[in-house]
Amino acid sequence: MRHLRAAAAVTLAISVAAGVTGCGGGTSTDGGSNEAPKTLTYWASNQGPSIEADKKILTPELKKFEKETGIKVKLEVVPWADLLNRILAATTSGQGPDVLNIGNTWSASLQATGALLPWDDKNFEAIGGRDRFIDSAVASAGKEGEPPAAVPLYSLSYALYYNKKMFADAGITTPPATWDQLVKDGKKLSKDGKWALGAEGSNLSNNIHQAFVLGQQHSADFFDEQGKADFTSDGAVAAVKQYVDFMAKDKIIAPGNAEYAQNQSLTDFAKGKTAMVLWQAAATTFAAQGMKPEDWGVAPVPVPAGAPGTGKQTNSMVAGINMAVFKNTKNIDGAKKFVKFMTSDAEQKILCKTYGSIPPVKAAQSDPAFAAPDLKVLRDTLATSAAPLPQVPNESQFETAVGTAVKELFADAAAGTPVTTESVKARLEKAQQTMQQ
Amino acid sequence: MTATVTTDPGVDKSTRGTSRGSGDARRKLPRIPDRIRRGGLPYLLLLPAVLLELLIHLIPMIVGIVMSFRQLTQFFISNWGAAPWTGLDNYRIAVDVDAPIGEALLHSFFVTCVFTFFAVGLSWLLGVAAAIMLQENFRGRGVLRAVFLVPYALPVYAAVITWAFMFQRDNGLINHVLHDQLGLTDQPSFWLIGDNSIYALIIVSVWKGWPFAFLMLMAALQNIPRELYEAASIDGAGIWQQIRKITMPSLRPVNQVLVLVLFLWTFNDFNTPYVLFGKSAPENADLISIHIYQSSFVTWNFGTGSAMSVLLLLFLLVVTAVYLFFTSRGRKGARA
Repeated sequence: MRHLRAAAAVTLAISVAAGVTGCGGGTSTDGGSNEAPKTLTYWASNQGPSIEADKKILTPELKKFEKETGIKVKLEVVPWADLLNRILAATTSGQGPDVLNIGNTWSASLQATGALLPWDDKNFEAIGGRDRFIDSAVASAGKEGEPPAAVPLYSLSYALYYNKKMFADAGITTPPATWDQLVKDGKKLSKDGKWALGAEGSNLSNNIHQAFVLGQQHSADFFDEQGKADFTSDGAVAAVKQYVDFMAKDKIIAPGNAEYAQNQSLTDFAKGKTAMVLWQAAATTFAAQGMKPEDWGVAPVPVPAGAPGTGKQTNSMVAGINMAVFKNTKNIDGAKKFVKFMTSDAEQKILCKTYGSIPPVKAAQSDPAFAAPDLKVLRDTLATSAAPLPQVPNESQFETAVGTAVKELFADAAAGTPVTTESVKARLEKAQQTMQQ
Repeated sequence: MTATVTTDPGVDKSTRGTSRGSGDARRKLPRIPDRIRRGGLPYLLLLPAVLLELLIHLIPMIVGIVMSFRQLTQFFISNWGAAPWTGLDNYRIAVDVDAPIGEALLHSFFVTCVFTFFAVGLSWLLGVAAAIMLQENFRGRGVLRAVFLVPYALPVYAAVITWAFMFQRDNGLINHVLHDQLGLTDQPSFWLIGDNSIYALIIVSVWKGWPFAFLMLMAALQNIPRELYEAASIDGAGIWQQIRKITMPSLRPVNQVLVLVLFLWTFNDFNTPYVLFGKSAPENADLISIHIYQSSFVTWNFGTGSAMSVLLLLFLLVVTAVYLFFTSRGRKGARA
């Protein structure tokens, strides 16, 4: 028995030691290697109507890349809901793909992990130079003053989509350009079981996008210059209240929208139950739901007064998908070649046309396909009046904390509980206090 | 151990097969001491399971405990061995009920206690009622038994997402029945946000959990001798008396295990609230599992999340120990 006990103790000690030394986590080499130059693993985010559709769209392009370079790309399309957790797991274990898509709002948070290849001038040169990309898209790929953590792949911005027939029936001839007009028109449209504006009250990211833009219009950034949370400024409170008031006070958003989180507002729009939605590149979704392009129009997101621009006239966040390379890739040269291929003028035209997004590559934007009325609005917004979300390491916490506060305020509004400046401030204060860094 | 177990355990089957009939070959094999043969074999057989248990449960648990003493955020997750030690700071943050993080954790703890009480209680009650009802042989009993087990057999994700659709305010089946068809409510209710969210959570949890109680209790009921009921019946005991005096005492050992298992599963349940509400549950249904997930994976404070997990583990261990102490004492008392 004594021998067995000793053996068990040794086994336990070895196992524990392995576990504790495993605390080292993933590898953190500085620039990968070329140990496996003929293969790459690529995690693509789910961009199309389904994962199968994405595979169908991307596979021929990857074959093209293989033909050009001899590098075989193993594709995995990851649903949005799983992507961030998968990236975190890969970062922790060091066992991730070589190349991957990230949401551009996560850039600074993921940059802070140190797991992604920094796109300094030398790396940008390898894919044709930083100047090929539009500034706002590069600005949303990492913390200001540091090499970006990723390269812009698909760019998007918000626009106001409206139902032409519902507008005509209400006697409205032009889409609203200011929030006052939107509320005024909205009251005309909200009757007989139909509503003016759609919202996704339980979708934390969407809540943040809307609150951020309104915050910009109220001169609030949600973070101070040192990167510390500043959610309770007068501007931030006014911005959040204005958004929730569309339901609580103005009554132009249906109370049921408070629980929407799965793009149900787009379905309502396609069914003619809602006259307007604020969305990014919704054309393919409307088409998939049986709506014809002539049924809807698109206009810039309203601003407080005048025309969209920077500062107080900002009317969209810079949305989009970036392409990152895991620092510990075993095919660093191949990974850069692949990023170069995916961001080449030709591929940008093909992919962005298919996905209904705007190419962040300037040369590709000149394609006539991106001059269609809806995409032109998105493109102009991106170029002239969109601002990137705060590029701070705890952006992810910001989305959850403030996004949840807005969700709870929508729940209050839907239940008929008054939404006041004090109640908004209290929710935002609670959100700020949960930020640990 | 009896003397009949004389086969040499140190010789594997293949060797024995080839040496059968050859006494010389058997004698040449190294002799395994009797004390190891007798006392060590069970442990040797247990070794693979112990090693796997180490790998699957113990090591992650130890790693989790180590993480709870570190300031582990996004800055360190790619090399988390380098995360600075913070001593008990993460625990202080978790239990400081005057600060928002501790206050929120305490709130979610109370929500989880209320949720567990009702979910386990109702699951158990339904399980008992259904098991007793289906004891009698009648036409269609087999079909009913199979139907009752469907929720237990369905994949959790598919089942809960279906409930999420049914609970939608404007297009869901629940409001369609309660409001449109039966007129029981003045206006369609919200189930996935606001005050009703805890009811939605309990309903789905009970729907998912009671078939397990039913299955366990149905099996236990098969073991109660019919003669007891016949004798009681002859003595004039009614159906309620039979249930109270025969059925329930006979089910006691199974119930003790069943309630403990249901409690642990329900208290820790992550899938139901996550699929029903997403990563940010309404305040009224903010279960502790989701709360810890949010602290760890959504706000990227893995250190604090780990400290919360350790606290939860300690709480469940204490509750389980107290429960087992009292139930085993009750059993001993019953035997005496």
